[in-house]
Amino acid sequence: MIATLMEQQRSVTASSQSPRSPSSQPYLSVSVTDPVKLGNGVQAYVSYRVITRTNLPEYQGPEKIVIRRYSDFIWLRDRLFEKFKGIFIPPLPEKSAVEKFRFSAEFIEMRRQALDMFVNRVASHHELQQSEDLRTFLQADEETMERLRAQETGIFKKKPADLMQIFKDVQSKVSDVVLGKEKPVEESNPEYEKLKHYIFELENHLAEAQKHAYRLVKRHRELGQSLSDFGKAVKLLGACEGNSLGKAFTELGAKAETLSVKLQKEAHQLLMNFEEPLKDYVRAVQSIKATIAERANAFRRHCELAETIKLKEINLNKLSLIRSDRVGEAEMEYNELKEESDEATQTFETIVRLMNEEIVCFQEQKTLDMGVAFHEFAKGQARLANGIADAWRSLLPKLESCSSS
Amino acid sequence: MMGSETQGFEEGHLYASKEEMENLVLDDPLNDSKSYSNYRSAMSSSAISETHHPLSPSILVTPAESDPLLSPPPYRDLRNPRGQTKSSYIEPPAYADVIFSPFDGDHFGDVNGVESPSPNSDNSGRFSRSLGSSSSSSAASSSEYIKITVSNPQKEQEASNSIVPGGGTYVTYLITTRTNVPEFGGSEFSVRRRFRDVVTLADRLAESYRGLFIPPRPDKSVVESQVMQKQEFVEQRRVALEKYLRRLAAHPVLKRSDELRVFLQVQGKLPLPTTTDVASRMLDGAVNLPKQLLGESSAVVAPHEVVQPAKGGRDLLRLFKELKQSMANDWGGSRPPMVEEDKDFLEKKERINDLEQQLNNASQQAESLVKAQQEMGETMGELGLAFIKLTKFENEEVVFDSQKVRANEMKGFATAAVKASRFYRELNAQTVKHLDTLHEYLGLMLAVHSAFSDRSSALLTVQTLLSELSSLQSRAEKLEAASSKIFGGDKSRIRKTEELKETIRDTEDAKNVAVREYERIKENNRIELERFDRERKADLLNMMKGFVLNQVGYTEKIANVWTKVVEETSVYAKESS
Repeated sequence: MIATLMEQQRSVTASSQSPRSPSSQPYLSVSVTDPVKLGNGVQAYVSYRVITRTNLPEYQGPEKIVIRRYSDFIWLRDRLFEKFKGIFIPPLPEKSAVEKFRFSAEFIEMRRQALDMFVNRVASHHELQQSEDLRTFLQADEETMERLRAQETGIFKKKPADLMQIFKDVQSKVSDVVLGKEKPVEESNPEYEKLKHYIFELENHLAEAQKHAYRLVKRHRELGQSLSDFGKAVKLLGACEGNSLGKAFTELGAKAETLSVKLQKEAHQLLMNFEEPLKDYVRAVQSIKATIAERANAFRRHCELAETIKLKEINLNKLSLIRSDRVGEAEMEYNELKEESDEATQTFETIVRLMNEEIVCFQEQKTLDMGVAFHEFAKGQARLANGIADAWRSLLPKLESCSSS
Repeated sequence: MMGSETQGFEEGHLYASKEEMENLVLDDPLNDSKSYSNYRSAMSSSAISETHHPLSPSILVTPAESDPLLSPPPYRDLRNPRGQTKSSYIEPPAYADVIFSPFDGDHFGDVNGVESPSPNSDNSGRFSRSLGSSSSSSAASSSEYIKITVSNPQKEQEASNSIVPGGGTYVTYLITTRTNVPEFGGSEFSVRRRFRDVVTLADRLAESYRGLFIPPRPDKSVVESQVMQKQEFVEQRRVALEKYLRRLAAHPVLKRSDELRVFLQVQGKLPLPTTTDVASRMLDGAVNLPKQLLGESSAVVAPHEVVQPAKGGRDLLRLFKELKQSMANDWGGSRPPMVEEDKDFLEKKERINDLEQQLNNASQQAESLVKAQQEMGETMGELGLAFIKLTKFENEEVVFDSQKVRANEMKGFATAAVKASRFYRELNAQTVKHLDTLHEYLGLMLAVHSAFSDRSSALLTVQTLLSELSSLQSRAEKLEAASSKIFGGDKSRIRKTEELKETIRDTEDAKNVAVREYERIKENNRIELERFDRERKADLLNMMKGFVLNQVGYTEKIANVWTKVVEETSVYAKESS
């Protein structure tokens, strides 16, 4: 099921493009690489190389390389969010104010991976890949990007607090309806209500799972550290004891130290292959919440305009009955509004349609992603446990020979 | 008074054989006179050390004349029986798959760090572990055992009016002994003892067995008894008492001691002289001192006192003299009359100190390791629980097939995580038991230091007596020279000379006793050090084996759990990358 979805996306890409030689398959492949730290102190930032390889005519040449920074990605995400309402925009890694200053190698790598995934998801989404903003992002020179970045006024420019308020509004409206507090400007669609409830609950569950996953990474590191310390102490004890007992201790200590290394490695694997995908899942759910908020806005607008239109219509009829000379004006206004109203309705309905499609993809994709994550986790744990067992097992004959000597 | 005792001492020393010693003990149990008991135990110990030390390599653990060869099962010391609980944390929602199968140590049968009676284990004539098991046999011979259990703590009321109002209650413990050692004259018996009795036992043993590595007794811990819940404290103390008594019963010399036997067997009040409190001793000493200084009371250390170190209080004068001597040793220009010449011993002492440091370090790191393992297990379990909740959630809110599939994968994962978590917990519980050996040996270091300080104080006594002897002799010479100048001699001077000569003789005797005592203690030290080294090596190797086997066993199980998940999710392996 999942495989065919990918194929669908690719075939859509193919059919939407202008004619070309049938033998060359259209492709658009992007990668984010080579993070480089630039700037000083508070103004330090990381730049990435974004490499685009494509044969699509809209793009320049078979390969294009540009330099982008995190805020450029934010810009792209915001533009896509504006233009493609209803589509679940792929999530971006958090704008962490604190870690930014430390810029550890691990943090930079995790961010790079997340950015790479973001761009690839955009590029392989049958609708999003057609975005002009994407083309700009992938091809424009740095000065242009800088200019565009400065102009940004999208929803995500809002402070996080404001964003939270929007989400809260969506949630509170639901409960208000239930309590009968105010006239509901909300859809009364039970399936959609179920979806909203699902999304909000899902985020809580995922966040908890992710928290424990992160702790587990820490535990691996801590166990590795204490094994290393234990190994050292045991080696010292061995040096003090001397002869066969001392040798046994020294071997034990050495083994403990090698295992410590294994644990640190596994901690890193766990972070990259399990904890990050979980975080990614959480971010994806948050992106859906943003879309839910958009849909609520669109619905409200559609309702308001529908109301207004009705009034205008009544007014118009009244005027035409009394053959007022304001009929013409009213009619023009009415037509304008009608257009707006139709547009609003259209927007809303598009969002509904798109969301229905997106949620199917989302569920399928997440099943795939989690399956991979579980697989990698299990592989890592099995590898680690086997490594530990083998290492200790190899000590046994030595210990036996020590005790018999 | 002193003379007859001295004589008796000498005679006893010259003629007693071990059997007679034993008889003496039996016929004359626990004479209340402190000096006699001291004398006796000094005798018996010295007899042991001179003739028939049970630890000398050529001799088996039990002397040939005792012990019919029974073979009871070697006593399994569950060193921390209360500590071994199955994982008792909150049960996750019942999933039939989460079956816990504890690791049962197929390999050497030595899971808990305890010697199990498997044929592969210790056939090398290894002596009993000093860590709490009863005497296990050396391969060739006997299978005597002393199994001690401490149980049933009860509150009892002080019979006489206590000074403390509302006070006067104390706790007694039931001490049950099962043994086939004939000296006990019984195979199972119980007594009730209170902690104070244990202190008395420990003190008497320390006096009688100078130079041996005597297992340290549990602390008095006044603070803890206030802070902890009464029940908790009593239970902790019960465990500690049991460990202590078992260690005593495992010591090749102490287990044969009258003190222990009497403690374990004699009903009613413990018939050992109690440790008098410091205050009354100080009082005694303060009373004696002026008499001693004025020459009215004996200023010479009686031979029977020489076998004990100078204690605060009673022997103020002796304390002063020995303190002066030790100052002379440290700061004086000349070498003390007898020095610790045994370079071997000094080296060993260095090594012991070094060992203690490393043991301490290793013990601390072991604690951290155990903590880290514990937390690993806990977090793994929490992760599993979080996914179990997620699974439930997805199933409740299912709309799409893909959700069903995902919920299924999640369940498999979560179940594995919970299983793995349990294995980690079990692994850790066992690890604690094994690595505890490090901690126990740290405790034993106290015993070693004690034994070494017995030696130093005995040496100091000898040195002091030698100095005194030499100064007395030079006084005598001066007196001789002076009186020879006066024609005919002076009646009082002659008397003084005679007195001096007698004092010199007495001091000479005391010195000889002190030297013998010192040699005895030295020998005890040597033998115990050998035993300590041997047992430590075996115990630590055992610890390592147990620890390693444990790790192997449990990590294999954990690997199996995850390997299954790898197989179940193998379809995703192709899709990834």
